[in-house]
Amino acid sequence: MSAAPAAVPAVATRRPAAHPGRRKLRVGLVILGALLLVAVLAPWLAPHDPDAIESNRVLRGITLAHPFGSDDLGRDVLSRVIFAFRVSLSVAVGSVVVAFVVGVPLGLIAGYRGGWVDTVIMRPVDMLLALPALLLAIALIAIVGPGSLIALLAISIIYLPILARVIRSSTLVVSSQTFVEGARARGASSTSIVVRHILPNAIGPAIVQASVLMGFALQIEAALSFLGLGAQPPTPSLGVMLADGRNVLTQAPWVEIFPGLAIAVTVLAFNLIGDALRERLDPRGVTR
Amino acid sequence: MTALLAVDRVDVDFRVADADVSAVSDVSVEIAEGEIFGLVGESGCGKTTLALALMGLLPASADVRGSIRFQGRDLVPLSDDEMRRLRGDRISMVLQDPMTSLDPCFSIGEQVAETIRAHRPADRREARDRAIRLLRDVGIPDAERRYADPPHRLSGGMRQRVVIATALANEPALMIADEPTTALDVTIQAQVLDLLRDLRRTHHTTILLITHDLGVVAQLCDRVGVMYAGQLVEVAPVETIFRAPRHPYTQALLEALPTAGQARGALRVIEGRVPDLTDPPPGCRFAPRCPHRMPECDRVPPMALEDADHAVACWLSDATRAAAAGEGSVAETPLGGVGA
Repeated sequence: MSAAPAAVPAVATRRPAAHPGRRKLRVGLVILGALLLVAVLAPWLAPHDPDAIESNRVLRGITLAHPFGSDDLGRDVLSRVIFAFRVSLSVAVGSVVVAFVVGVPLGLIAGYRGGWVDTVIMRPVDMLLALPALLLAIALIAIVGPGSLIALLAISIIYLPILARVIRSSTLVVSSQTFVEGARARGASSTSIVVRHILPNAIGPAIVQASVLMGFALQIEAALSFLGLGAQPPTPSLGVMLADGRNVLTQAPWVEIFPGLAIAVTVLAFNLIGDALRERLDPRGVTR
Repeated sequence: MTALLAVDRVDVDFRVADADVSAVSDVSVEIAEGEIFGLVGESGCGKTTLALALMGLLPASADVRGSIRFQGRDLVPLSDDEMRRLRGDRISMVLQDPMTSLDPCFSIGEQVAETIRAHRPADRREARDRAIRLLRDVGIPDAERRYADPPHRLSGGMRQRVVIATALANEPALMIADEPTTALDVTIQAQVLDLLRDLRRTHHTTILLITHDLGVVAQLCDRVGVMYAGQLVEVAPVETIFRAPRHPYTQALLEALPTAGQARGALRVIEGRVPDLTDPPPGCRFAPRCPHRMPECDRVPPMALEDADHAVACWLSDATRAAAAGEGSVAETPLGGVGA
């Protein structure tokens, strides 16, 4: 055929009117989007220097100039929450990304190859999974020393086995489907079967899991920092702030409440998104 | 006519736990270029195993012996990569269930184009144009627009057409269709069979049709091979099989077909059960269920030519007895090509 007419791809994608989880996803994304903006624009949004110590406004309550009040060193709580959020979020997202990037290929290979490859990959992964998460992180930090980057790596080591297992099991399901055999019958190579056919069909549950894990990662980061094992003062981190505010809880609850709220809202956003994605990526769903 | 595919004394064993399952036993058959050859038998008789052996798609637990000559080249010793290059290019396969044999993550057109690009150095645009042409050839209306449709937008019959288009993508010499119509309803079945018949004519593809449905065989095939419990028991042109079946199993199978006007509840069945393939009967595997069983049945009856184009493996056949007497040249008995 000569001069094939210009290809017009795709009929406009129609979606059923009442899509499951659409609202949750939208709310979650709006919150997360706003939070991300805050994190990115922190230097411009923060009304004060988060580390500026002012002895004349120690433990002041909520005022127009300091909407979240000030802490025991006279630092502006709003500015500190904004910067702390930025640190905590990067650790949370970073740890999940690292766990995803390492765990997904491992689970994919283990699930696809099976046999001894599966054993070699998954037994150490199972061992990691058997250890209590927080304890594992604390032990690691005890060995290497505290810090945000170490906290990030510790959390990613906790999550790696979870993601690897999720992707392995969905790989097992997908691998046994007829279209994989069909691809093989069409002469597709193993690499192209894994990358083009299995991965896109198996990745859904791992994405859902990852978005839920981000919320938990934020909590773990806060816990580690609270214990003094994550971000080191004066670097503001939500956990560090909670630890500091604990001492003045009765006099100045705002020092404690606002970082706590930041954690709660972020976890909520991640969970809403995770929930909505799960409904959406359900393999039986009409849309993918 | 030359044989496109010559299967010679092929055995396939599976190692399962600590037993060997003899799924295909001493099967020899030739398929001529341009014919539609039907392989029939009940579920588990080894027809799909044989097809997968041809495709090199059996799991590692399978042990294939014998030779499978395709276009003069023995496929059994080929490496995985050599087989991969043949698959989808020279030999292709249509799988049974169109609802699950397409990847839900890719558009139907991309899956056809992918098959082309797996074997030809075609650029995206060429592959796309060719894929659209193929979709049109298999009767997808408005192929250009539907190219980007994901499989779930298509009905079962349409999906099977897409699967057939992927199988035809590189103009293979042999297309294996494993129960291509089993998962479809009857009117769609007829359309797909018509399509296969047309494609044989327009694309000159030899088709190996695997089915348990004698009706499908009657509609489409030139010649038929009947398998029972891993053994090939009879091979003949389709009219001969229906008019003058020689093997007791073939006869029983035909008698079990319900006919119009038959009294209700009068379905004929074959007594007994399929033998356990971890410990098959020593000779003819149909013997335990056969109404004509005799002492000789404990030896494997060799396949022999009754007529120019009708081969049977049964001690009731004089040809088989003669062949057994002249042992040695027996199993190589080639089967003539279509209408030779």
